[in-house]
Formats: sequence, C-alpha cells, structure tokens
Amino acid sequence: MIRVQNTSYAVSGTTILSDINLEITQGVVTALVGPNGAGKSTLLSLIARINKAQSGQITVDDLTIGDCDDRDLALRLSILTQDNTMGARLTVRDLVSFGRYPHHRGRATADDLATIETAIDRFDLTELADRYLDDLSGGQKQRAFIAMTFAQNTDYILLDEPLNNLDIAASRHLMPLLHDLCADQGKTIIVVLHDLNYAARYADQLVMMRDGQVVAQGTPKEVLTAQNVSDVFQTEADVRIIDGRPMVIV
Amino acid sequence: MNTSAQLIGLIGLCGLSIWSLFIGVIDMAPMDILRDREAFSLLAISRFPRTAAVLISGASLAIVGAIMQMMVRNRFVEPMTSGTGSGAALGILWVSIVLPAAPLLVKMMLASLTALICTIGFLAIVRRLPPSQPLYVPLVGIIYGGVIGAGVTYFAYQADLLQYLDIWTNGEFSGVLKGRYEIIWIAALTALLAYFAADQFAIVGLGRDRSVNLGLNYEQVMLLGLIAISVVTALIVTTPGMIPFVGLVVPNIVSRLFGDNLRQTLPTVALFGATLVLLSDITGRLVRFPFEVPVGTIMGIVGAFVFLWLLYGRRA
Ligand SMILES: Nc1ncnc2c1ncn2[C@@H]1O[C@H](COP(=O)(O)OP(=O)(O)O)[C@@H](O)[C@H]1O
Ligand SMILES: [Mg+2]
Repeated sequence: MIRVQNTSYAVSGTTILSDINLEITQGVVTALVGPNGAGKSTLLSLIARINKAQSGQITVDDLTIGDCDDRDLALRLSILTQDNTMGARLTVRDLVSFGRYPHHRGRATADDLATIETAIDRFDLTELADRYLDDLSGGQKQRAFIAMTFAQNTDYILLDEPLNNLDIAASRHLMPLLHDLCADQGKTIIVVLHDLNYAARYADQLVMMRDGQVVAQGTPKEVLTAQNVSDVFQTEADVRIIDGRPMVIV
Repeated sequence: MNTSAQLIGLIGLCGLSIWSLFIGVIDMAPMDILRDREAFSLLAISRFPRTAAVLISGASLAIVGAIMQMMVRNRFVEPMTSGTGSGAALGILWVSIVLPAAPLLVKMMLASLTALICTIGFLAIVRRLPPSQPLYVPLVGIIYGGVIGAGVTYFAYQADLLQYLDIWTNGEFSGVLKGRYEIIWIAALTALLAYFAADQFAIVGLGRDRSVNLGLNYEQVMLLGLIAISVVTALIVTTPGMIPFVGLVVPNIVSRLFGDNLRQTLPTVALFGATLVLLSDITGRLVRFPFEVPVGTIMGIVGAFVFLWLLYGRRA
C-alpha cells in the first residue's frame, strides 16, 4: 500500500505541498484530479523518489522512500512523467526495452523480450516498433512511453497525465486497460487526469487536490459533487448522475 | 549497423591501418620487414605506435563524445570543445610547473582530475540554460573552453613553457614513438570499460527522472561518465594533443544512421572514429609529403563543415 504521511514539500521557500496525508486503496485505479498547479505532479514525484520531501514519510508496502534501495523500488513502482521530450534517438522498441532494465540490468532474458513484445502489441505499436520516436506524432510517442511503463511490470504504477496527446480511441483503449490491470493482476494505479469525466467513468477512487492540499478523497460519486467542482476548479459546473456515475456537463 | 556492414568497415579500417604503417619519409615496403632488421625496428619503434595511437585516439574520443552527448542531453557538445580539453591542458601545464619530476602516471591523474573539475564546471553552467535553446550549450562550451585556454596560455607564458603548449593544443601523431606513447592504451581501456556501461549511459540520455524511475543511480553514472570523459581527454591531450570535432561529428553521424541505443551503436561509433582520424592522419602525411599537416588542423576543417551540415540539417 502507498501511504503518504505528514508530507510537505517546498522549493526555495515556496510551499508546494503542505502536510499531505493519504492512503491509496490497494488494487484499484485512483484518479488524481485538480486544477493546474495543484501539486499533482509534485506529489507523484515524491512517491516515486524523483524529488525528496522535506518532511513526512512515504511508504510503498515495506519500502520507505528515501531509505530503500532504488532498484527494489524500481521493481515495485514505476512512474510515467509528464515530460515526453527525448534527448536520445531511440526506436519505439528500444524505448520499451528500457522498461525491463530494472529486471535484467543489461542482459535481457527471453522473458524480458516476451514482455517487451506484449507491451508493444498491447499499445498498438507493432507497426511503429522500429521507427524512431522523433519521427512519431505526439500521441504515438505518448503510447510508446506508456508501453515502456507497462513493460516495467510493477505492482504500483503512477501515470502523470497519460491521456495527453492521445486521441479518443487511444484514451478509451487505455482507461479500461488500466482497470483490467488492477482487476486481473492486482495492480494499484494512480493516474492524473484532466478530464473529470474520464476520472468519473473509469476510476474507482478519486483524490482531489488544490493548492498543495488534498481536499477530497473517495468514490467518484462522493468526490465529484457540483460543490467540490466549483470550489476547487473555480468554475460553475452542472454535475449529473448517469448510469450511477457522475458526469460533469461542460 | 548490421554485422556484415560492420565487418566490411572493420576490414576497410584494417586495410587503411596497414597502409598507414607504410607511409613515411623512410621508404619501406611490406616485404622489407621480413628481410631487413632495420625496417622491422622502424615499424616497431615508430610506425606501429603511431598507427595504434591514431586508432585509439579516434575510437575513444568518439565514444566519450557519444557518452557526453547523452549525459548533457545535447547533440552539439564534445569534450575537446567544451572545457574538458582545455582543462586537461591546464592540468598538465600545472603539474609540469609544480611537479616536473612526477612520474607520468601521476601527471596523467592530475591532468584528468583538472579536466574533470572543468567538465563539472561546464555541466553546472549548462544546467541553468533554457532547454528550449539547445545551441546555447555548445556556444557556452566554446566560450568556457576559450576562457580556460586563455588561462593556459597565460600560465604557459609566465612559466616560459609556451613551446609545449602547441604540443598539447594541436593534435598530431608525428611525435608518437615506442616508449613514449603507451599510456594512451589506458584511453582504450577506459573506452572499453565505458562500453560495458553503455545501457546506463543510454538511460541517462532519457533524463534524470526516467533514470531514477528505472532504479539507476543517476549521480553515480554521471560521475563515472565524467571520469571516463576526463581520463580519455587528458590522455589524448598529453599524447597526440587536442583533436577537435571527432567526438562531435562521429556520434552525430552514427546517431542519424543507427540511433542512440549505445550498446548497439558504440562499436560503430568506435569504428567510425578510428577511421576518421586515421584518414585525417594519412591525409596529413600525404598532402605536403614529406612534411606533415597536423591531424588537429585537418579535423578542425572537416569538423567545421560537418558541424554546419548538422546545424542546417537539424529538424526543428
Ligand atoms: N521546480 C520547481 N520550482 C518552483 N516551483 C515549482 C517547481 N515545480 C513545480 N513548481 C510549482 O509547484 C506547483 C505545483 O506544480 P505541479 O505539481 O506541477 O502541479 P500540477 O501537476 O498539479 O499541475 C505549481 O505552482 C508550480 O509552479
Ligand atoms: Mg502536472
């Protein structure tokens, strides 16, 4: 279980996250929502030990972030960051292959190669596998990065705005896939989503953030109220319940 | 690059190397080695060391250039023109003044250390540059290297060592002789060791966040890369002297053709680097025969043109 306790984070005196306390439900998709600058990416970066919190404690199962071995954590938890710039010129297959690095540390086994091919296939990249990423569209690139995270095959997966650049078909392919990963393989996924309706439709749990704080946590129905949406996003919203799930009319 | 193309390249390089053994003021034919003891000792004392030094310099410079480009995440940097080369020259000048009697290996280590410090300084500066302006990085590198170079010239002038300066700053292989060049094999070894960490350098090229995500000790890999770059550069600056652009041009060409999956491409990088410097050295020996044009000068000309080609051919 991912547990964040009394965690604060500041950059050069400016508080970005203040006293976060959060327990992420095991085995389900949790959507992290909130306006731009709420601190969603920062929170994920702390959980994935990319940035270091100044105070508090974050644990993933028995691993304490900051104390545990980097490789142990890389086998347990993976993160897809928001940034999809590339310095290196790699093919899609090269990139996806690096997702297996924590497992084999240099010498890929037949198992690793099979996982790589599965990931490529899962995200419809077979035809693009030998193309260079710099020659792909934003959405195709994004799929390649998601496939890399998928190939890492960790129990915990953090995805920072994975729907960026994805068209509706790719988005509607990815979200149920996340759900299935949790249902079939017991994975725990935190996904930052901008579109509240995707969050309402596909996530089991919602965490809503604003100004570096968690303001609500629960099921989509509990969190996505007209009151919460207008408070947190500073915009009037009409929320209706359709098929038992909330839907924000935009 | 597929293995058959690699094999053809390797055979070509062997042919060039053999040719290189038989170019020089003293005329020598391949059969003479078997008949003539003097021809054999010429080969052993001068021609073989020279050719070996050329191949090692070319291959190892190209490899550390590729690694540096991954570490900085910028296509336009290379050790010789971004402070590492001048740093090595500063170091070797400094030990020549302060510890003139120190063993060569100690001098080398101190030169490498100075190169390392100067390279870390470069990284600290470019880290603050806007990522949207990739061309600032090589520009800053050239200015930074120039400032250190000016310091080197000043100290050399003060210490009356100006005549040595040219040996370090302008690469040429005519002074390579048995007994005086062997230290460059350490550069070959360093480049080979760096190859074993090829995957890690490729991951570093994906950026710090992705490296951390994959469980890589990012800072440690960066430090190892910096050490490899500094050691290779220092060894080359003190043996043949600075050879610019190899570390820039070769990794760029290989990247265009075969990408940046370093474990697969570094052998090709080494092959191209060795071939390029050997061709430049052979050209330098032939254009004004029996006089020589330094390989550093030839690479300066070739490199400048290829650099322009890279700039204009860059995708937006
Ligand atoms: N390195 C940084 N230096 C200064 N401020 C930062 C830095 N990174 C993020 N911030 C600030 O922290 C806040 C939260 O950012 P972020 O976590 O990216 O928000 P979100 O992902 O929710 O849009 C923003 O106000 C942003 O400007
Ligand atoms: Mg964000």
